[in-house]
Amino acid sequence: MIPLNWYLIVAAALFSIGLYGVLSRKNAVAILMGVELMLNAVNINLLTFWRYRAPTTTAGMAFSVIVFAVAAAEVSVGLALFIAVYRRFKTIVTDEIDLMKW
Amino acid sequence: MTAMQIVFLITAVVTLFAAFRTVTTPNLIHAALWLILALAGVAVFYALLNANFFAVIQVVVYIGAIAILMVFAIMLTRREMRDRGKQTSGRWWWAAILGAVFFAGVTWMIEAVALPSQPTAAVPASSIADLGKALVNPNGYVIPFEVASVLLLAALIGAVFVAWTRHNS
Amino acid sequence: MGLLSHPITLVADWLRNLFLGWGLSQGLTTVLLYLIAAIVVASLANGWVIFLIWFERKIVGRMQDRIGPNRVGPYGLLQPFADLIKIITKEIIFPDKADKPLYVIAPLLMDAAIIAIWAVIPLVPMVGMDFNVAALYTIAVGAFATLGIILAGWSSNNKFALVSAFRTVAQMISYEVPTVLALLVPVLLAGTMSLQGIVEAQHVWYIVLAPLAFLIYFIASVAEVGRTPFDLLEAESEIVAGFHIEYSGMLFATFYVGDFLHAFTIGMLGAVLFLGGWRGPGAEAYPILGLIYLWIKAFVVYFVGVWVRGTLPRLRIDQMMNFCWKFLTPLALILLVEAAVVDRLLLGFTPWGRGLVHLAINVFIGALVIAYARAYDNRRKRERPLAAKPGQYPVARPPQPAAEAQSD
Repeated sequence: MIPLNWYLIVAAALFSIGLYGVLSRKNAVAILMGVELMLNAVNINLLTFWRYRAPTTTAGMAFSVIVFAVAAAEVSVGLALFIAVYRRFKTIVTDEIDLMKW
Repeated sequence: MTAMQIVFLITAVVTLFAAFRTVTTPNLIHAALWLILALAGVAVFYALLNANFFAVIQVVVYIGAIAILMVFAIMLTRREMRDRGKQTSGRWWWAAILGAVFFAGVTWMIEAVALPSQPTAAVPASSIADLGKALVNPNGYVIPFEVASVLLLAALIGAVFVAWTRHNS
Repeated sequence: MGLLSHPITLVADWLRNLFLGWGLSQGLTTVLLYLIAAIVVASLANGWVIFLIWFERKIVGRMQDRIGPNRVGPYGLLQPFADLIKIITKEIIFPDKADKPLYVIAPLLMDAAIIAIWAVIPLVPMVGMDFNVAALYTIAVGAFATLGIILAGWSSNNKFALVSAFRTVAQMISYEVPTVLALLVPVLLAGTMSLQGIVEAQHVWYIVLAPLAFLIYFIASVAEVGRTPFDLLEAESEIVAGFHIEYSGMLFATFYVGDFLHAFTIGMLGAVLFLGGWRGPGAEAYPILGLIYLWIKAFVVYFVGVWVRGTLPRLRIDQMMNFCWKFLTPLALILLVEAAVVDRLLLGFTPWGRGLVHLAINVFIGALVIAYARAYDNRRKRERPLAAKPGQYPVARPPQPAAEAQSD
């Protein structure tokens, strides 16, 4: 069987990579991709703890379902916002949207 | 080293490499495709955790909807199809340091705690049925479930409203 | 255990003993057996396409008052083989500045995704992977087929292909919603997501219990395959050939095969979910009969698809999206609620009693929908009468340039 901490380390690595993506990317959609990676890392943790600590209960799975729903909602609103922003500024590169800096 | 562990390690390497390319590749469409590979790797992790339902949901929701929508958004929000120039902000190395420190810290914490290498029990055959019942059980998770459905509805309406083209304004 | 009643088990046992006799370990033998089964199913599916191509060309030809292929072999039966040889010998052309790896992966991804659906189809009783979320799995791997088309459209570096990719996203993501909702009705009635379980629960075929759900499933599936009347992604008259405009040789052939295979796979799934799968007289005693029954049922559904293809013209994209979001999706939701509520009230009925009550309610809902559609159509006609009178040009004429502008 796979030790529990293997999953946790992979999830931590995935989260860190996502964090790096969110902080370093300039394009808004790329930032959203980083957020997705982080959400997935969290979900791996939730399901891993469910599997190893409490497989007979439903708490871990229920949390995970909510994370899926929130991720879907977040992406749909986020992408809609980007499209609206693109329409106004003709770019979604975050450091070119500098109307407030004038 | 058992067969499961070998599968796990291969999946981990592929997933992390794909995730790394997602955040580093300058071509955004390629980034989205690497993201799809990373998400598929996560689905394999779910399958390894005996959560087949979540593995399939991962593919349906993330790859079938979210990643394809992202490809769509990338195509819609540009004037030319190629990405030119730097895609990272000037202080990307701060982000790299932060990510590395975070990873080191979390790993140190994980290693500091004694964690089991074996699950406490097998997954019951009825786990998905139990989940379904728990989600609509007043003593279970009916309120989070309803809040999540309201959130999805709000997101649906909000997305349509925000991205709507107002022709006559 | 005779050859007639359990031929597949017999072959599998023989192979297993053979491999074990060679001194292979138990685990390796199992892996090898799965591998052989996968290769057999995939080859069977892909080989079957050769016949489908001939069949479809012949049928569509007859519908269009042509003869169809008739030169190579009796009734033109060998025509697909001739085409195959021709297409294999053709060069694979890579467009300038195409994204080469993606360009190659795209058709393979599409074909592989469709063959992956075959992994969970219960071909005969007791055979086929019994996967407890199989119904959802068929939707999940379908996403990879969509992805293949998008990749093809993007990597070709061609604007028509790109337009096709956009249309694909809009069409396939939208039509996934009614497909899933309609698919949930048999899942609900059977109380399981395992396709084997759904077939076993169909003492009465679910087309009797849920005819409208079957209709929605069929329409939405045709849209997912992207065939006429929903062939906007390859609309020859608008965007030349859509996503596969730049493809040639075997890469194009893979798309072509994938398209036919997808159409037949949809028929297969429709047969499993609504037409009783392998069920038929004597199928339990002689499972191989089940395969024949399933094949016939799948073929009937496939034929209806070809029939529709040969009959209807292409829809406009706004009509298509309206049809999905304003008609199919609400109707599928109503049917889902109907199935859930009515089935709860009918606990303890005999299978046929339950089936007839469901059928009556479905007919009632269908009549209401038709009445509503009529009323809507009449109202729309009153509000926006067609500009053309009978005998005139059927579409509103484009605005003519003003007379003085012409004289300049």
